[in-house]
Amino acid sequence: MSFQFTEEQIKRYSRHIILPEVGGKGQQKLLQSKVLVIGAGGLGSPSLYYLAAAGVGTIGIVDFDVVDFSNLQRQILHNTERVGTPKVLSAKKTLEALNPDVKVVAYNEKIHKGNVLDIIKDYDIVLDGSDNFPTRFLVNDACYFLGKPLVSAAILRFEGQLTTFDYRDKENSPCYRCLFPEPPPPGLVPSCQEAGLLGVVGGIMGTLQANEALKLILEIGEPLIGKLLVFDALTTEFNTVKLRKDKKCPLCGENPTIKELVEYDQACDVRF
Amino acid sequence: MEIDRELDLKGEVCPFTFVKSKLMLEQMEEGQVLRVLLDYKPSVENVPKSMEEEGQEVVAVNRIGDNLWEVIVRKVR
Repeated sequence: MSFQFTEEQIKRYSRHIILPEVGGKGQQKLLQSKVLVIGAGGLGSPSLYYLAAAGVGTIGIVDFDVVDFSNLQRQILHNTERVGTPKVLSAKKTLEALNPDVKVVAYNEKIHKGNVLDIIKDYDIVLDGSDNFPTRFLVNDACYFLGKPLVSAAILRFEGQLTTFDYRDKENSPCYRCLFPEPPPPGLVPSCQEAGLLGVVGGIMGTLQANEALKLILEIGEPLIGKLLVFDALTTEFNTVKLRKDKKCPLCGENPTIKELVEYDQACDVRF
Repeated sequence: MEIDRELDLKGEVCPFTFVKSKLMLEQMEEGQVLRVLLDYKPSVENVPKSMEEEGQEVVAVNRIGDNLWEVIVRKVR
C-alpha cells in the first residue's frame, strides 16, 4: 500500500489518520469514495458539510430548488446573499471553499423516473434528505434495483428518524417499502412547510446520516441496518426500534409486485 | 539492527510527528523496522506511546545529539 498525501492533506486529515480505525488507509478510502446526497436542505446541509470536511472525494448533490429566506433557519450551507440562486450551486460553493480535495457534482434538476438510475449508478452510497414522498419512494426503488446502500433520514417538528438500508445485501436488509409500502394518502402527513421544524433537528439527523455514510465507507462499527432510530428534540431522547424485512413487501418480499420504477404525484406543493 | 526505512522529522511537532510516522509504517511490511529522527522533545515521549497504543513494537528510543533523538519501531500489525 502506498499513499500520496500532500503536506496539506496530512494536516487536514491528521485527526482521522490518528484514529486506529481510520489511519492513512481509511482516509484514502474516503478520498476515493463517491456519495450522492438527495436534497441540499435541512438534512443535506450538515451531511454534505461533514462529508466534504471528511474528504469524501466525490460528492453529488441533487436539488432543483433555489435558496429562499425561509430555508436559512436550518439550511446552513446557504446564506442570505445567495437567496434566489440554485441550492446545488450554493452548496457547491460552500463545500469547495471548505475542502478543495472534494469534487462536487451538482445536479440542478428534479429527480424523476427518467434520470434517477443514471444519476445514482456511479455512486457508492446514497443519502436521502428529500422533503417529499414521491422522491423518497423513487430514490428507494432506484437504490434497491441498483444494489446501493441508502441512508434515509426524515425530520418534522421536533422529531427525526434515521435508518440505513443496505441493498448490497438484499436478502437480509429490510427496505423502505417494508416500513412504508406505499406513499400515504395526500394530506395525511404534513410537510415541514406546513408543520414547522426546529432547525437543529435537521442538524442532528443530517450529521448522523453523514456518520452512517462514513462508517459504511470505512467498514467500521455497525451501520443502522434493520433499525430505525427515532430522536425527540423536546426530551433529547433517542430510541431504536427494530425493523423487520416484510415477506409481503411489494418491493423486496417473496412475491414482489414492483419490478420497475414507479413515479407518484406530489400531493401538494405548497411554497411559502 | 537492520533499518528498513528512515524518516527525518526534524522541525516537526505533535501530532504530526506521530501522524507521519504512522503513515510511513502503514506503507511498510509487517516485521520491518522504521527509524524516526525527532528534535521536538514532547514527541520523543508521544510517538513511542502512540505507537505502542497502536500495537507496534518500540524497539529503542535513543538520544543521539544535543537536541536530537531516534525512535526505532518494528511494525507488528
